Amino acid sequence: MYGEGRAVCVGRDMDTDRIIAGRYLRTKDRALWAAHVFEDLDPTLANRLEGTVVIAGSNMGCGSSREQAAIALKEAGVVGVIAPTFARIFFRNAINIGLPLVECPVSCKEGAWVRFNLEEGWAEVDGERCIARPLSPKMLEILRAGGLVPYWRNRR
Amino acid sequence: MATLSERILGGPAGTYVDVRVDRAFAHDGTGVLTKEAFCEMHCEKIRDPQGTYIFFDHIAPANNSTTATLQAELRSFARARGLNFTDIGEGICHQLLAEGIVLPGEVVVGADSHTCTLGAFGAFATGVGATDMAAIWASGGTWFRVPETIAIRLTGSLEGAAEPKDLALAYVRELGMDGANYRALEFVGDGVAGIPMAGRLTCSNMAVEAGAKAGMFYADRETVGYLAGFGISATTQEPDDGTSARELEIDLSDLTPLIASGHRVDRVQEVRALAGTPIDQVFVGTCTNGRLADLERLARVLRGKKVKVRTIVVPASRLTLAEAGRMGIVETLLAAGCVIGIPGCGPCLGAHMGVLGEGEVCLSTANRNFTNRMGVGGEILLSSVATAGASALRGEITVPEAADVR
Repeated sequence: MYGEGRAVCVGRDMDTDRIIAGRYLRTKDRALWAAHVFEDLDPTLANRLEGTVVIAGSNMGCGSSREQAAIALKEAGVVGVIAPTFARIFFRNAINIGLPLVECPVSCKEGAWVRFNLEEGWAEVDGERCIARPLSPKMLEILRAGGLVPYWRNRR
Repeated sequence: MATLSERILGGPAGTYVDVRVDRAFAHDGTGVLTKEAFCEMHCEKIRDPQGTYIFFDHIAPANNSTTATLQAELRSFARARGLNFTDIGEGICHQLLAEGIVLPGEVVVGADSHTCTLGAFGAFATGVGATDMAAIWASGGTWFRVPETIAIRLTGSLEGAAEPKDLALAYVRELGMDGANYRALEFVGDGVAGIPMAGRLTCSNMAVEAGAKAGMFYADRETVGYLAGFGISATTQEPDDGTSARELEIDLSDLTPLIASGHRVDRVQEVRALAGTPIDQVFVGTCTNGRLADLERLARVLRGKKVKVRTIVVPASRLTLAEAGRMGIVETLLAAGCVIGIPGCGPCLGAHMGVLGEGEVCLSTANRNFTNRMGVGGEILLSSVATAGASALRGEITVPEAADVR
């Protein structure tokens, strides 16, 4: 799994309430989540996420189990998320909905060109390479399938 | 030689295992997406309807017609498939499962991050997202990486006005918001025996606030006695010195009332450091502190007095409310000026009631104080029930007196 895009930097301990606020959860409208992603952090961010790689600090996606947080990022056009560590539920959710995650401690530069390769286990910010913690074969399989729903459908 | 997680999941820490799930649940918040994912998987049958639960607790009763329609769809789905369905007003999922359903040694998975609450019974209980839950509905199982364990060794006993919530805030402060990420907590040591089930549920509940996958107590005489009260016969679990990645020692007799502020659960200090800070609202309830023991403690603090700020009390379940009524607690709280809400999650997630206005401060017994969680521009402080009660009486952060609670 290869991905690339411009870096968008967010801080550490980015909780799911800040990724998508509770007031937007009672709907099945994915576009609405994308429109309000990171709203309480920076209301202009949602419109600038298409084709980007979000680079977060440690403990990305902590807090509630709301899958809408990962969905909102993907729907807003985020290509992948890089962080030194992820909160475990967010981690599983992202893989399950087909949003690539790279666990490695890169230093973020806003707007820098970011590339990553999950099979090979690395990410690069402006050419500076960082070795990622490897994903399990099953996680890679789920990601390659495009998420757990298509993975499950293919298996049956 | 194995930790409780290793014993229940059946593999050494660091390995990946496929396990059967004994209890799987979702609620009105996560169940909608779970149902969508399940249908998109083109699955017909729920593998184990008897072990599958749906609870309506998050925005219950519905706040508007959009929510109501989503809930109506999920309600019909649950009934048509023969799932264990619990409608509005029955209580919070984690509390209902603690009322004689979850047993020691079970694997419990919920589409809610505070599923770790049920580790208080010596179960491996953890939260997942909606799509993971859909796959569990379909297959009856899931995969886990067996977590390393952090042992929290408790000595002494709680004194003065300190209560189990202060222990929870203390360990989150020590570990930090991601200090236990991917790991399980095990509460061990001589100090455990003196903590009743209600307090253990409070401690296990906040494990996820340190990033932990689970927060577990070994089933002992207290656990067995509690379950016997629900007509269930259970056996104890003996710790066998499994290898922990880290050990944290806490002397319970050192604990004093604590408070979390600054929009971080791990920014914890003594209540007296914030004493005198004006507050606009007090909220007592949630899967952390909405149990009978909590309401009883609150009533002891408020008896014969009047609160100075709006004080919302939400019992964790119908049974909690009924018992509180029978014991005269409800009467005491009403006389003190509290508002009593419908059993459920209440204002905790800021979605349908008790929402804060800009610049308002709420002292809450819940588990999260993230920015804007209870309303844009509002601030949440987290404390024990005794601190919440004492502060409600003065309209400002107040250190509770030992005499008020014991």
